[in-house]
Amino acid sequence: MTILDAEQGPIDEGLFDPPAGDERGTSLWQGAFRRLRRNPSAIVGAVIVVAFVLVAIFAPVLAPYEPAGTQWISQVTPSSVPGPSPGHLLGLDSFGSDMLTQLIYGARQSLIIGVVSTTIGLLGGAVLGLIAGGLGGWWDTGVMRIVDILLSIPSLLLAVSIAAVMGRNPFAIMIAIGAAQVPIFARLLRGSMLGQRRQDYVLAATSLGLRQRRIVMSHVLPNSLGPVIVQATLVLATAIIEVAALSYLGLGSADPAIAEWGRMLVKAQDRLQSDPRLAILPGICIAITALGFTLFGEALREALDPKSRR
Amino acid sequence: MSDQTIAAGERAVTRSRTRPEANRDENLLEVEDLSVSFVRRGAQPVRAVDGVSFVVRPGQIVGIVGESGSGKSVTSLAVMGLLPQRGVVASGQIRYRGQDLLTLGAKKLSDLRGREIAMVFQDPMSSLNPVIPIGTQVTEVLLRHFDVSRGEARAEAEHLLRRVGIPDPGRRLKEYPHQLSGGMRQRALIAIALACKPALLICDEPTTALDVTIQAQVLELLKELVNDLDTAMVMITHDLGVVAGLCDFVNVMYAGRVVESAPRHELFAHPRHRYTEGLLASMPRLDHPRTEPLRPIRGTPRDIVSWTKACAFAPRCDHADEACMSPDLELVLDGPGEHRMRCVHPAPLASDVADDD
Repeated sequence: MTILDAEQGPIDEGLFDPPAGDERGTSLWQGAFRRLRRNPSAIVGAVIVVAFVLVAIFAPVLAPYEPAGTQWISQVTPSSVPGPSPGHLLGLDSFGSDMLTQLIYGARQSLIIGVVSTTIGLLGGAVLGLIAGGLGGWWDTGVMRIVDILLSIPSLLLAVSIAAVMGRNPFAIMIAIGAAQVPIFARLLRGSMLGQRRQDYVLAATSLGLRQRRIVMSHVLPNSLGPVIVQATLVLATAIIEVAALSYLGLGSADPAIAEWGRMLVKAQDRLQSDPRLAILPGICIAITALGFTLFGEALREALDPKSRR
Repeated sequence: MSDQTIAAGERAVTRSRTRPEANRDENLLEVEDLSVSFVRRGAQPVRAVDGVSFVVRPGQIVGIVGESGSGKSVTSLAVMGLLPQRGVVASGQIRYRGQDLLTLGAKKLSDLRGREIAMVFQDPMSSLNPVIPIGTQVTEVLLRHFDVSRGEARAEAEHLLRRVGIPDPGRRLKEYPHQLSGGMRQRALIAIALACKPALLICDEPTTALDVTIQAQVLELLKELVNDLDTAMVMITHDLGVVAGLCDFVNVMYAGRVVESAPRHELFAHPRHRYTEGLLASMPRLDHPRTEPLRPIRGTPRDIVSWTKACAFAPRCDHADEACMSPDLELVLDGPGEHRMRCVHPAPLASDVADDD
């Protein structure tokens, strides 16, 4: 029971606050990053991601030769491709190009397609999710039924059909992969927003007379973005794999001069028995990059989720 | 108070920036015969609030006391217009300065909220947005209701935080809710609620989530602020100690109805309803021997019968008999200062009620 006693003056509890230490001036995100730094798999993931990005950006500096140089085609015979040698650390590929150079430039291609297509998916999904989760009612029902229809189409099939319709232009594959991710982002953001709308701070904001738009845009949305951003890092991994898959299916970039991991796999097919190196090396690149993004994304999810904090 | 009929219902809607000069005799808030039912398909509707009436005069502090589930929080949400849109049926009238809030349009209601009527919630942790700095949360309500620049709003926010006793407000404005202690957060919420100097503040158990020493400070602060701003307050609480230190007038609720209402001193001196009496008797007292066991009210609030059949408190009451089994007992005037109660066998007016067992 609290009995108000006027004689006992209020003690300022601020004086008894424990020293907040490194919590000063930190937001939810800064706290998440501090937790990320303590998570080994986050560090591994981040190192892979950073290395991948650096390789992609500095490809011209790192690569020993010009890309798509076929000057060593004479060394390639129908039965064998020259393996590693001092001049070509990872050997040649079946077109007589330097394997290492091709892989390095392939990183660039994967990064561009991955980032652009994820951005397309993220923006498209965010707009739909915001409409559904923010406006509610009929908007919600209408938008989500469309999303359900999109979701019922297997994403690879959707990407294949979009790529096929749009023809072999460089953006087709990005739009195709991005569009396939739209429904996932839309659902995620909507669900996250619906969860946030039930929170007390939304009720409190309503009780202050704040306008609905203000509540959705500056209260609900920022709190709902966490899972979406996590999903974006995970989608980057799948996008890189899907680029490879679409290239493998012959729907990738039309320009054979552009090195691309997926198409390198396709080209390696004929020589799988004699020179498995041709398939294994780009395969490893795809796997490691996807792993890096996945590890980082998972760790980010854990760091942002209050329930999984240890 | 349901018999008070107010003819001011037709009064023009006041939406001017400056608050109309308060007429001290006019009621600020009149809740009349408010009922709130939660309806679910395939289930019996649950009537959480059942014909509740009370008034709040300008500058007055009115307490609503009751156990969990007695309908006090639902009453406060109904006044704020914050009940869920679906599955809720509210009837009766909630008149603020003569206009019925239950039928007021969403736009007008939103203009009133924060500006004229504000609310302080129970849990200061979840009532602040975790990803937005405190400063923004104070300034946004000022920017919403007043024609001020960001700079002016910021200066006012700093002033408000200082006013509620947050040290170094300039720095605190940039901080996030999780960096503030519980008491500090509740102070920030109070600053936000009082930012526009509302005429009515509704506090829904504002101290429940705080530890006892901080509770007293926060209540003291609230009391001081509403006095300074001449803001009327509705204090929702289950804590009679809060009521004793704060409220001018007290409504005791049980199972969705007001069972007793009286001015504070009258209620504590002469509790008439057996429930109020039980609540007071159950409080630990310093002037009783320490070995004496506490006297709880037996049973739980779930042991109720419908008011439409009998007194809902009868199953837990030591004085219940056949007479208590009559349906819809009236809230009758009984005693000075609008003392009303809803009981067939009220506690005798003899001073020492605790010995009457």
